[in-house]
Amino acid sequence: MNYNWNWGILFREPYLGFLITGVITTIQLALIAWVVAFVLGSVLGVMRTLPSRIASSIAAVYVEVFRGIPLLVWFFLWFFVVPELLPREWGRWLKRDLPDPEFWTAVVALGLYTACRVAEQVRAGIQAIPRGQTMAGQAGGLSQAQIYRYILLPLAYRRIVPVLTSEFMTIFKNSSLALTIGVLELTAQARQIESFTFQGFEAFTAATVLYLVITLTVTVIMRQVEARTRIPGLLGQKGG
Amino acid sequence: MIEMHEVDKWYGTHNVLKRCTTHVAKGEVVVVCGPSGSGKSTLIKTVNGLEPFQGGRITVDGQAVTTSGRDLTRLRARIGMVFQSFELYPHMTVLDNVCLAQTVVLKRPRSEAEAKTEALLRRVGMIDHARKHPGQLSGGQQQRVAIARALAMDPIAMLFDEPTSALDPEMINEVLDVMTELALEGMTMMVVTHEMGFARRVAHRVVFMDDGQIVEDRSKDAFFDHPETDRAQLFLSKILHH
Ligand SMILES: Nc1ncnc2c1ncn2[C@@H]1O[C@H](COP(=O)(O)OP(=O)(O)O)[C@@H](O)[C@H]1O
Ligand SMILES: [Mg+2]
Repeated sequence: MNYNWNWGILFREPYLGFLITGVITTIQLALIAWVVAFVLGSVLGVMRTLPSRIASSIAAVYVEVFRGIPLLVWFFLWFFVVPELLPREWGRWLKRDLPDPEFWTAVVALGLYTACRVAEQVRAGIQAIPRGQTMAGQAGGLSQAQIYRYILLPLAYRRIVPVLTSEFMTIFKNSSLALTIGVLELTAQARQIESFTFQGFEAFTAATVLYLVITLTVTVIMRQVEARTRIPGLLGQKGG
Repeated sequence: MIEMHEVDKWYGTHNVLKRCTTHVAKGEVVVVCGPSGSGKSTLIKTVNGLEPFQGGRITVDGQAVTTSGRDLTRLRARIGMVFQSFELYPHMTVLDNVCLAQTVVLKRPRSEAEAKTEALLRRVGMIDHARKHPGQLSGGQQQRVAIARALAMDPIAMLFDEPTSALDPEMINEVLDVMTELALEGMTMMVVTHEMGFARRVAHRVVFMDDGQIVEDRSKDAFFDHPETDRAQLFLSKILHH
């Protein structure tokens, strides 16, 4: 193979700048989408465990719809189709006036999709809690909201820290699909370096290493979270 | 204080409570016993609406026990309950377990709730463990904390569902002692238990259940000395010669 290796290119402007803005965009996209996914996923997960038939059906339908369509298709739907379906002024605002429409569309696509996965974990975490805990709360006069707030959710979240860690890592990896709608995140920037310099191996090696650094950092942080929230005296029982 | 009139409950086609009628007067201690599966837990859980029931009527302190709503929540806060499997909140310290409902339901200031908690933990002999989590305690210790948690709400009555049957034998007495003391102070109590020694010492009345029915409901002495039904005699002979 006749390939001129040139690692130096990665540290030269503007390509170093490309990589840096790519990493920043990837982190911003994943973190904001995670907040959306976590909040919405928790609400949906709770809804699925409520006695109200209506609430649990709405959440169940959401989960089925979002889980049944590939994430890549969601990016296209949110970016190309949804603006056309909205009232005309809204669509125009989305395309013209919203600053950075690609970025925010990617946040929505990634956040709403990941929410269905978080919802399933939260539901499973709540349902794994013995019924006696709810009864103890009821017997103490706590309202349903208070039982969730003080008893069920704290126990459920602790139990699902490991699976949430993996969802959290996945959102960083999935954020690379945002390049398909034109978000200049890390993978897109690597491609850009490739097309300007023809040094594709270096560019994608750099992107690979940067993704690994991000996911390793997430692992380390989540280990800390797990250790901090571990319940004293409950050995051999994973977190819960 | 607690009035139950012809209470009926069904699980599908299974009639688990059959026209159960009984009462607990203020300051009275009523022991509920009977074979496993006879409906004792179900009966006691209808008193604070943890188990819905389909027929009959229950009132506590003159207030009807409904199936849901704010009134039920408010009533529950006034009735203490102790479970067979303790049901302490595992992620909270002993102190927080006892403080939780005081602060979020009764809206007591934290300092007041803590003072009350400390007094109660001292009373049940658990003050040295206030900062521990339930998983770090023995069963007997957990159950004493659970009693303190119920008492912290200044209940008008206490319900106990087999409070000692999940305990190792050597821990049973530490829990029964706390309950005995409570009874002697005049607490209104409904206690599902097979501890006949406890029943003999502190109960005023004994309710004997079999197959969803209240078969006997009599004063303690009458029940132990001359049980009327064969079923109660059989039950007593089994449990006393154990
Ligand atoms: N959730 C339930 N669904 C169906 N049947 C139940 C349920 N809970 C209890 N039962 C039945 O109700 C009867 C009474 O149970 P329970 O009140 O727990 O009895 P005890 O406390 O006297 O052992 C039993 O036959 C039991 O199988
Ligand atoms: Mg029982």
